[in-house]
Amino acid sequence: MSPFLDVKDLKIHFPTDDGLVKSVDGVTFSLERGKTLGIVGESGSGKSVTSLGILGLHKGRGANISGEIWLDGEELVGASQEHVRGLRGKKMAMIFQDPLSAMHPFYTVGDQIIEAYRIHNKVSKAVAKKHAIDMLGRVGIPEPGRRVDSYPHEFSGGMRQRAMIAMALSCDPELLIADEPTTALDVTVQAQILDLMRDLQREFDSALIIITHDLGVVAELSDDILVMYGGKCIEFGSADDIFYRPEHPYTWGLLGSMPRLDREPTERLLPIKGSPPSLINVPPGCAFHPRCPYAERTGDKARTEAPALAETEGGHLVRCHMAPAERRALWENEIKPVLETP
Amino acid sequence: MTEPQTQPATQTATRTARQGEPLLSVRDMEKHFPVTQGLFKRQVGAVKAVDGISFDVYKGETLGLVGESGCGKSTTGRLVTRLLEPTGGQVMFEGRDITHMSQGRLRPLRRDMQMIFQDPYSSLNPRHTVGAIVGAPFRIQGVQTDNGVKKAVQDLLELVGLNPEHYNRYPHEFSGGQRQRIGIARTLALKPKLIIADEPVSALDVSIQAQVVNLLEDLQNELDLTYVVIAHDLSVVRHISDRVAVMYLGKIVEIADRKSLYATPMHPYTNALLSAVPVPDPRGRAGRERIRLTGDVPSPLNPPPACRFHTRCWKAQEICKKVEPPLAELAGGHRVACHFPENAPGSPDTPAAGKDEPVTA
Repeated sequence: MSPFLDVKDLKIHFPTDDGLVKSVDGVTFSLERGKTLGIVGESGSGKSVTSLGILGLHKGRGANISGEIWLDGEELVGASQEHVRGLRGKKMAMIFQDPLSAMHPFYTVGDQIIEAYRIHNKVSKAVAKKHAIDMLGRVGIPEPGRRVDSYPHEFSGGMRQRAMIAMALSCDPELLIADEPTTALDVTVQAQILDLMRDLQREFDSALIIITHDLGVVAELSDDILVMYGGKCIEFGSADDIFYRPEHPYTWGLLGSMPRLDREPTERLLPIKGSPPSLINVPPGCAFHPRCPYAERTGDKARTEAPALAETEGGHLVRCHMAPAERRALWENEIKPVLETP
Repeated sequence: MTEPQTQPATQTATRTARQGEPLLSVRDMEKHFPVTQGLFKRQVGAVKAVDGISFDVYKGETLGLVGESGCGKSTTGRLVTRLLEPTGGQVMFEGRDITHMSQGRLRPLRRDMQMIFQDPYSSLNPRHTVGAIVGAPFRIQGVQTDNGVKKAVQDLLELVGLNPEHYNRYPHEFSGGQRQRIGIARTLALKPKLIIADEPVSALDVSIQAQVVNLLEDLQNELDLTYVVIAHDLSVVRHISDRVAVMYLGKIVEIADRKSLYATPMHPYTNALLSAVPVPDPRGRAGRERIRLTGDVPSPLNPPPACRFHTRCWKAQEICKKVEPPLAELAGGHRVACHFPENAPGSPDTPAAGKDEPVTA
């Protein structure tokens, strides 16, 4: 049986006056119902464009989209805009980073949930409102019967994000995409929202994609993790693969850059040198080679030839010229001991 | 960064390092922003952004100020640099009272006290070249440089890891991390003694964040700088601070050496904050116990009476609603404002230590 969501070699390119921006340049992954995929990467790595692409929000905007997106046996890249619009909200929904700008300031929170619900369900306003109150209660908003008539600005940041989640879940979508859902929130509120998302996913058995730059957040929620760099998937694997057996030098760099509360502080962080590439001028060969401390090991190949995404073992995919054995030896002998200094 | 503090003798070690007068000393500092209403701007209330905080910063150390949005940490930064005037209390810089000093008399002092801002996009003038931006402090303060301003600026650019030849470029030609370096170069121009860094890395990508954190540490060692780092990210603060103060609704609720604050947090709020940080360790997620705080931070317009945390605290009792707990020293250098502190020396219930101890992966 084919997986619930299957993305194959997705490419989303934007022609601009300055050149072709290859925001997403070959992303492949699959996701089952009830599972969570974390997409990590820095700004400009193409993680948000990927998610908007799945929702079909780049259609008709001058973007060149190629590849395949299969959602529950339906192909979406070639589907008409009208068809995808019918799926959006009902079959797949999105939680945005900043609920203040994602919600209309002029309408009450209730009106916005009611509108979304009535587009996909032929029910009266009263029934839809009852449903909205029910949804607000389920995401933990106190006094939902009263708060349903509040405007977004009357909510605090955490409450607004809860309302966004209620809106996204109102039609019981099977695929939920959360783009940096907690980045704008304080850490204690973030913990509440992460708990809520975990509980709701279990309850609704939906497939969840969570996009973030915070490795802590992905570690909390994800079953599988996709690491993106320069529009490409550079590593894909289970949460265990990425955190305990990472094989791509960029993933090592991310892990070394991050101060951690669960370990004794290291004297120095181990940053990645340089800065992320421009998507118009992606370096030739391996996009990471100008920043990679091991680029020399594969000689000219790093600069001339783009590495392919290859399986190392058990569904763990890595896009790197180094041989799997070499990468594993580097991780075990050089990287891991430094990262895990007691 | 300071030497790794390994033995329990930490207290004495840091004490000796803190000999002499503090560089910056804050006593009962308050900032109440008036809330006005109506035609005559009648004052109907006050936002108590900072409501009576005291702390000292000693030469060569880094004090971290952490807290959630709205706790008053940025206002504190602006008060001690006197970008805002306190409405009460006292701010002493090198033994001089600067609480209500006029802008004219403050100007020479600004050389010794500089700020690094959060957003490298809005804190650099887009119409000025990097040379003009980094050279501005020399012009404003009328400082003579040995080999001309251009040479001084190029030296600064080199110091923060930028190419000195980029002197004539504009901010938009740089990435976020490079812009933050430009801001840091400007901050360092006049060789300040104290640098207040307000969320210096929170706008940057993870890999760039680490570069800037390392740069700040190198500069501190090289130039003998003193930092007050304001941040919401508890892991970054732990990495760069020697001492950490935790703020909640305009008050300092706990202040301690980094090691004792993170190993044995005493205030329930600190415990909750630490347990809320997502840990990049998927195997540990099942076993981890998390303190769930309910609700949001109350409004500073009308903060809860007595202990401000009592509305969200799971240990709160009658006394917490009536008597404000003083910031009392419960262990060497570890002060906490709570009636029922956790991990307090001599108290039998100290299981919280295990919870926040490093999880060995």
